Amino acid sequence: MTSLRRRLLLGSATDITAILLVIVALFAILDFEAFFTSANLINILINASLLIVMAVGATFVLITGGVDLSVGSVLVFSGVIAGKVMIAMGPQGWAASIVGIVVSMLAGAAWGVVNGLVITKMRVPPLITTLGSFGAAMGLAQIITDGNDLKDVPNELIDTLGVGRFLGLPWLVWVALVVALIGGLFLALTRYGRRTYAIGSNAEAARRAGINVDRHLISVYAIAGLLSGLAGIMSYAQFGSTTLSGHGTDNLSVIAAVVIGGTSLFGGVGTMFGTLVGTMIPAVLANGLVIVGLNSFWRDFAVGVVLVAAVYLDQLRRRSRTKR
Amino acid sequence: MTTNALLEARGVRKRFGAVEALRGASFSINAGEVVALMGDNGAGKSTLIKTICGVHSPDEGEILFHGQSIAGRTPSEIHGMGIETVYQDLALAPDLDTAANLYLGREVLAKGVLGWFGVLNRKKMAGHAQQVLTDLNVNIKDPAAPVAMLSGGQQQSVAVARAVTWANELVIMDEPTAALGVPQTRAVLDLIRRVRDSGRSVVLISHSLPDVLAVSDRIEVLRLGTRVARLTTKDTTEEQIVGAMTGAFTSEEAE
Repeated sequence: MTSLRRRLLLGSATDITAILLVIVALFAILDFEAFFTSANLINILINASLLIVMAVGATFVLITGGVDLSVGSVLVFSGVIAGKVMIAMGPQGWAASIVGIVVSMLAGAAWGVVNGLVITKMRVPPLITTLGSFGAAMGLAQIITDGNDLKDVPNELIDTLGVGRFLGLPWLVWVALVVALIGGLFLALTRYGRRTYAIGSNAEAARRAGINVDRHLISVYAIAGLLSGLAGIMSYAQFGSTTLSGHGTDNLSVIAAVVIGGTSLFGGVGTMFGTLVGTMIPAVLANGLVIVGLNSFWRDFAVGVVLVAAVYLDQLRRRSRTKR
Repeated sequence: MTTNALLEARGVRKRFGAVEALRGASFSINAGEVVALMGDNGAGKSTLIKTICGVHSPDEGEILFHGQSIAGRTPSEIHGMGIETVYQDLALAPDLDTAANLYLGREVLAKGVLGWFGVLNRKKMAGHAQQVLTDLNVNIKDPAAPVAMLSGGQQQSVAVARAVTWANELVIMDEPTAALGVPQTRAVLDLIRRVRDSGRSVVLISHSLPDVLAVSDRIEVLRLGTRVARLTTKDTTEEQIVGAMTGAFTSEEAE
């Protein structure tokens, strides 16, 4: 049970959790009144919610030893498809809202399946495959919309997922936290999660042990796509726009968050709790720096340093291990 | 002598393009035996083993297990019959712990609703893994540590333990001591004896004459894709083995 708890909560994310706590403590000391209010903390979570949802999928992808650069484009593409379908349906009402959510997730999952098929059956490396779909998904989204953002969102969707609250917390935050919780439990406790680690650790060993590696990888990319699609409808509902130009660097933010959280770029290692912490560090920095009166560009600087440090620590761990 | 063998290959031919890797090779092993399969590089040892394990299917010839033909079955069907192979590269997942590696691809799920969601039964797997390791007298310092943290000998032990866990009839080991130091080699040889003592048969592919002489009951030698010698270890000298491998000597009734 203790090893289970360790795996669920900490894993290799112990150091990074301490860093997040130090950052939070620092801002709380510098300006407790403005920073440490529930309104501000919820604000931080709202700003992180889209990245959290995408980072959950990316955690699975990175643990298999792959990478997914297409997330931001797939987010926009899924929002556009859902927007078009909802406009065709009215664009008001609960039915349109629910269909929009489902369509957005399916559109994202479809891109994920395409990524997975190209990677496993055509043997194109994940970096190139998802760089290709990064461009292709964004291109299609522009073609479908003629480059003009869709702005018709059902009021029902805005009032719930977009800006609504449930038990005091915004729906966006609920969705992000529930996705992270389910993703984390799935990764840590199930056969699916175990095989995700095994494939990232030694795909050939997994294959010889009778695991259908190709099918597993396709499903992992499909999950990443599905979650990008979910983030797409969340974004559309939140901003009331398909934000065509707003997600060009989401892929880098997501990968940085997952890697800061202790997931290895080489696969086989990582935890969902680490990813959550890795997502919160940039979010807290962006918010806190503005509150204490510093330029928020310092966030980019700090996140860059933390990212490189996290990968350096991972390399150190690997080197000390292979010495034995 | 070979009519009631556990596993028997008769006149197996296997051609890869212009290369005839096996030219009517034969092999047999009885229950509870350790048989060393020897031969120079390119003699066809690996091809023969892969043909037995279902990786290749023979062009000609018979492979009998308990007297029934198993030629052309898939690797997973062969696994299902209780035959496991420990490959030279071990095929472990270095980031997973010992129990997770033993159960790789054969994970045990929790009972009831949790099992429907695919939740693992870690306790049962860890307990059984510990039992297997204890039976084989393998001492893993920290079973919860990733196997990458273990020594080469211990990793070899984990790979052997995994094979033994699932092979209730026959374990095939491809050069299990090639990368090991003297004490670790001794431990693996002890392990092979304990596997035999548990009633399983072991096919040992090895280039190391001292290892083969120390642990095997019989020796079968392949040369250029055919069997050239069948030797009983206790009546055999190193010269005879080397002679058979190099073609200086061919024993009677090998074909």
